[in-house]
Amino acid sequence: MTPQPFRLPDGGRISRGAPLAFRFDGVAYQGYRGDTLASALLAAGVHQTSTSVRLGRPRGIFTAGVEEPNAIVQIEAPFPEPMLPATTVELYDGLVAGGLPGQGRLATEPDPARYDARYAHCDVLVVGAGPAGLAAAAAAARTGARVILADDQPEPGGSLLGTAEIPDWAAETGSELDAASEARVLRRTMVFGYYDDNYLLAAERRTNHLGSQAPSRLSRERIWHIRARQVVLATGAHERSVAFAGNDRPGVMLAAAARTYVNRYAVAPGRRAVVFTTGDSAYCAALDLAAAGVDVAAVVDARPEPGGAAERAARAGIEVLAGHAVTGTSGEPRVASVAVRALCAAELTGPAREFAADLLLVSGGWNPVAHLFSQAGGQLRYDAGLGAFVPDGCRQAVRVAGAARGVFDLPGCLADGAEAGRRAAEDAGFTAARPLPPTSAAGSAERSAPSAHLWVVPGPDGFGTHFVDLQRDVTVADLARATGAGLRSVEHLKRYTTAGTAHDQGKTSGVLTSGVIAQLLGVEVAELGTTTFRPPYTPVSFAALAGRNRGVLHDPVRVTALHDWHLAHGARFENVGQWHRPWYYPRDGEDMAAAVARECRAAREGVAFMDASTLGKIDVQGPDAGDFLDRLYTNMISTLRVGMIRYGVMCRADGMVFDDGTVIRLAEDRFLLTTTTGNAAAVLDWMEEWLQTEWPDLRAHCTSVTEQWATVALVGPRSREVLAGLAPQLAVDACSFPFMAWRETAVAGIPARVCRISFSGELAYEINVLPWYATALWEALYEAGRPLGITPYGTETMHVLRAEKGYPIVGQDTDGTVTPQDLGMGWVVSKKKRDFIGKRSHLRADTGRADRKQLVALLPQDDVLLPEGAQLVAGDRLADPPVPMLGHITSSYRSVALGRTFALALVRSGRERVGERLYVPVGEELIPVTVTGPVLYDPEGARRDG
Amino acid sequence: MSPRTPGAQLPEHPDWLWRTPDPRRSYDVVIVGGGGHGLATAHYLARNHGITDVAVLERGWLAGGNMARNTTIIRSNYLWDESAGIYEHALRLWEGLEEELDYPLLFSQRGVLNLAHSLQDVRDSVRRVEANRLNAVDAQWLDPRQVKEVCPIVNISPDARYPVMGATYQPRAGIAKHDHVAWGLARSADAAGIDLIQNCEVTGIDVTGGRVTGVRTSLGPIAAGKVALCAAGHSSVLAAMAGFELPLQSHPLQALVSELLEPVHPTVVMSNAVHVYVSQAHKGELVMGAGVDAYTAYTQRGAFHVIERQMAAALELFPVFARAHVLRTWGGIVDVTPDASPITGLAPVDQLYLNCGWGTGGFKATPGVGWVYAHTIAHDDPHPLARPFCLDRFTTGALVDEHGAAAVAH
Amino acid sequence: MLLIPCPWCGPRDEAEFGYGGQAHVPYPEDPTALTDEEWARYLFFRNNPKGPHPERWCHAAGCRRWFNAVRNTATNEILAVYRVGEPRPVIV
Ligand SMILES: Cc1cc2nc3c(=O)[nH]c(=O)nc-3n(C[C@H](O)[C@H](O)[C@H](O)COP(=O)(O)OP(=O)(O)OC[C@H]3O[C@@H](n4cnc5c(N)ncnc54)[C@H](O)[C@@H]3O)c2cc1C
Ligand SMILES: [Zn+2]
Repeated sequence: MTPQPFRLPDGGRISRGAPLAFRFDGVAYQGYRGDTLASALLAAGVHQTSTSVRLGRPRGIFTAGVEEPNAIVQIEAPFPEPMLPATTVELYDGLVAGGLPGQGRLATEPDPARYDARYAHCDVLVVGAGPAGLAAAAAAARTGARVILADDQPEPGGSLLGTAEIPDWAAETGSELDAASEARVLRRTMVFGYYDDNYLLAAERRTNHLGSQAPSRLSRERIWHIRARQVVLATGAHERSVAFAGNDRPGVMLAAAARTYVNRYAVAPGRRAVVFTTGDSAYCAALDLAAAGVDVAAVVDARPEPGGAAERAARAGIEVLAGHAVTGTSGEPRVASVAVRALCAAELTGPAREFAADLLLVSGGWNPVAHLFSQAGGQLRYDAGLGAFVPDGCRQAVRVAGAARGVFDLPGCLADGAEAGRRAAEDAGFTAARPLPPTSAAGSAERSAPSAHLWVVPGPDGFGTHFVDLQRDVTVADLARATGAGLRSVEHLKRYTTAGTAHDQGKTSGVLTSGVIAQLLGVEVAELGTTTFRPPYTPVSFAALAGRNRGVLHDPVRVTALHDWHLAHGARFENVGQWHRPWYYPRDGEDMAAAVARECRAAREGVAFMDASTLGKIDVQGPDAGDFLDRLYTNMISTLRVGMIRYGVMCRADGMVFDDGTVIRLAEDRFLLTTTTGNAAAVLDWMEEWLQTEWPDLRAHCTSVTEQWATVALVGPRSREVLAGLAPQLAVDACSFPFMAWRETAVAGIPARVCRISFSGELAYEINVLPWYATALWEALYEAGRPLGITPYGTETMHVLRAEKGYPIVGQDTDGTVTPQDLGMGWVVSKKKRDFIGKRSHLRADTGRADRKQLVALLPQDDVLLPEGAQLVAGDRLADPPVPMLGHITSSYRSVALGRTFALALVRSGRERVGERLYVPVGEELIPVTVTGPVLYDPEGARRDG
Repeated sequence: MSPRTPGAQLPEHPDWLWRTPDPRRSYDVVIVGGGGHGLATAHYLARNHGITDVAVLERGWLAGGNMARNTTIIRSNYLWDESAGIYEHALRLWEGLEEELDYPLLFSQRGVLNLAHSLQDVRDSVRRVEANRLNAVDAQWLDPRQVKEVCPIVNISPDARYPVMGATYQPRAGIAKHDHVAWGLARSADAAGIDLIQNCEVTGIDVTGGRVTGVRTSLGPIAAGKVALCAAGHSSVLAAMAGFELPLQSHPLQALVSELLEPVHPTVVMSNAVHVYVSQAHKGELVMGAGVDAYTAYTQRGAFHVIERQMAAALELFPVFARAHVLRTWGGIVDVTPDASPITGLAPVDQLYLNCGWGTGGFKATPGVGWVYAHTIAHDDPHPLARPFCLDRFTTGALVDEHGAAAVAH
Repeated sequence: MLLIPCPWCGPRDEAEFGYGGQAHVPYPEDPTALTDEEWARYLFFRNNPKGPHPERWCHAAGCRRWFNAVRNTATNEILAVYRVGEPRPVIV
């Protein structure tokens, strides 16, 4: 294991008592708890983590945070995860990772981890726990408001964590918030999305940092959905670089990042440093590095008059080169020396100086982190003084505090944060009952000089190694080529060069790119504008977003009260909407065809039963219920007598069939309708919509009772015998209990509503009982029918039986373009009613055409089982494409009753073609079929009374 | 250190693209909207009809609307003859477009799978395949095992909540790189002398005596012999300027990309039932589309629960995606018609032309639309392939209902 | 995820609601009296403005009531909600 030659002897927020072993690119290293992968690598002296994607240049750790463009790694163990910035990976024991030039790699085995979500509401959400965020959260919490403070780091402090001395109040404020009953501090939680009406998304890393020690009972990541009355964004700022030759070598690092490595992680990122800056902040880095024993060779300050910070550095013995710029670096692969020249009015002058250095710190200014603000719909404004885009107006209830809006000094941030927090709480309806936290910290009396805005340092030869986007390898020369191609819009220039499109989404490069473009085009940065920031702020794993909604929880499975029986009896299931319905019940060794043939035979020749509980059921009550249903169904419902049942069809306003089912009249003012299984919710919605929005004056109410009734269809010529045995009070003869009537009686002692409805053409009953009696009823039927060979059947048999009778299934034999008339069901369309939904559409030119597609049956030659979906053509030889198609097969079965195969089809002018021969292309063959009317079995209807 | 990944780079754009001209006072043809369709129309007006006194007016940056936001799926396996006609025409043009434009479009015919998850899906799919074959559109029905052969990472376990029961497969379908397509068309139009005018929003349409005479714009009035609308999500707003309405609703439609990943996904997979569409683009990023948001909006952004649902569905189909990351999401504004088919042809105002309603699926049509629409404009008469897509169909009822094939299909 | 103020239940997440398109499009008194063009307008043409839009929502996973809202389609801001039968509020 390599030692940690760059670890400082003391300091840092790491646990030296907790050494952690890890491997990077095949080499074993050691770090400490509290390290990131990046800080541990730097401690070992590893700067370079990969080569660049396009040019293959060596690249090293550049930042200390989420904005990292270079040090993107592939985690190999404990479980492969692609593309994480080494600067955000908390070190754990057993971590195995490698540097990535371009593409990450997914695991091939399933991810064993769990992921989940939580939903939270608060009065004030504060994003970011740096000084401004802490002050804001404390101020808001002291008003009694419900506060959530979220920060992606393991501990509060934000940028303070990278400074030499963290004021006590930071930790105190953290503890105060932890203790407050109405406040919640979310650590390791990145707020990544800001949506409408203050809906924010955050990803909490719950066990990622524990590696293989992560307890499996805990979710690995959690997505927080937070609805906040008020939001305070205290998201800080990202430092940016300057474009100069060779600004991409390992050993070049942002100044504040180097400071963070020294102070937070007790790592010296180099032995001898040059600092290149355009403002004051980098002097803190220079001084902190010097204090940690790094030899600071010089501070190169682009400003001719750098002010007090420079004086302080000079007093500490650091050479300050005012009005200078770094013009290049050399060293392979890492920086070994830095070239510097005087800079006057954007021109280099004077002799070049070379400094030997293994570290070059750069500070080209600060970009407020305005991503979330922009996602919220906020406008950004270019602040020429800051040389950055800052938040401007936003429609949502959001405030921005501290560095995120360009306030960079600590006292200023504290005051700004406290003010934002207090005002947010007030706007949420709270007033400060307790004194607000102190908002002043010791300010410095130092004379600070404004920052210079330097985007590009010219030369020495060309701009081919002046990088603006390190991850996409985009240089000033590339941008110049793009402007040379005629492009003017930032969006085009970015797309041409791919700048800003990489994993870091341009966090450090975006504004620099705009600055360079402005300079190339000779316009102001403000004129160019910026690109819109899109969620997520940092990448979020698919698995976290999917959460628990996977596997059986992906979509609820609905099962009937009889499901266990079906399972126990070997049913194969079909998904119908969300339901699992028995499809068929194979016996030992039976395939589907054999099982269905047996089930069909039982229904046609003896007795069979099926679980029809999934049919939608809607209870409609009220004095105007009949009138209401007359408007919805194509046929007349209000004339139905109590005790009787009618089949009905509903159309959409465009005249196309929407649903069908039966309507039973329970009382003068009460109806019960059934709908198709898949459409139950849609039909209820549809009814309520009309009732509430168009006819609120109608006194009618609808209630879904689908799950309140279990329904068993008892079918077959011997069904009456079975029923009679179990329902002694019921007069079952066809006169007393006619077709399309219903009766209330006890079946096997269970209160039941029995309907004489048939979807097979056979004598049949539908027995409805409360669902907790379903199994008792079913088993009683099974017992009573056993001597007659009663057979359970599934949806497939149901489909065959109904097709033999030419009954269409909505959604299978219709597709949203079919009218009742097309189905040959003109009889269900009332001519008498003044109106019903869809009626007017039946009068349109196209719906009246005689050559519309109509439902017919087909008898294929040679007993071929035609594929459902197959098309119909006219001749026995295929024309050249496009071949005119006459229709398609909607249903196709092998019929036991008919002793042959048959199909239903929608065929152009189908009814006129009865008797005609058409052809069905199947593979390379053309199968001849004869068109017939749709009812093939018992056309006289002789069997329905048994 | 891993070796550099080949293929993680795109071919370079050319050294010259287009001019940035000031608008002239008058043009023979003004095209409103510089998206893919507007640019393709300009290209074919010049190329097929020699009409070059043309301006394309774009309110933002060229091809910055849906053209820049779509998931680039190209296929022609639509159900109805009318649709197959126009989309297959487009696909044939795609097959020669790189050469025609002399621009690398990264048109990759890697095939598209449309998955079936229920017995009814299977019937609908077979129906579409059979119709496609008779329309000379390459189409196949694959069983789950064959699906797995085409795309080994698809989960075909019968225990999945909605198991894969098969798929339609169009081998000639695929993806292209949208910017390259737009820019290739733009460069060609510009080279023909057509003015591409950006940051020029049309704010009014002048109609005199039932005939269009010009447009008002943020850069001043521009007279025009003919005005052709190509404003996608904003079509209703433009129609209102000319005094008529369109049967369109503009909805947000979102998409997302992951980080760059080593190749895992060789084709394009679409699943209408669970609303996910995914391919792995040229640099290695997974590109995914979701369903539309339920309500209308011009916000160019959608709601997050749509993305979450899409991720859950994606992991059902592709468990290996678990630890991929969403890098970026975005939204476009899609103009949806009642029958999920486009409207292209004549407008109720003379010399004004309509092309809209391509909804969630107009990228694939780009060259086809340009060809057909340029013809319509040049002859003041709808191209035969466009005729079924006239506005009048909503009155007669002769809809081209592609909900089955296009519901939220790209 | 919009926060939609149901006039019966108060503010709730968008996911609880169903969208019903343009409000105040009454079902024609006598559809047969309409021309095909007029009927087509009723069937297929709905306003699609960029700006304030009176529209219908249904609190499907709540009180199941339909109500109207004026929402700015350019910003998603909900400017008003009102119950069925109440007049459209004047938005200034
Ligand atoms: C997320 C998403 C995914 C998609 N995926 C696919 C897919 O995989 N496959 C597929 O085939 N299709 C897909 N689409 C659909 C496809 O993008 C569109 O159908 C197609 O791009 C529309 O044509 P267009 O390119 O001309 O539109 P756009 O690029 O939107 O062009 C319209 C232009 O008009 C401009 N404009 C509007 N109003 C004015 C005005 N007043 N003045 C001047 N200019 C104006 C706009 O700024 C815009 O640039 C997707 C769409 C989205 C949003
Ligand atoms: Zn409610």
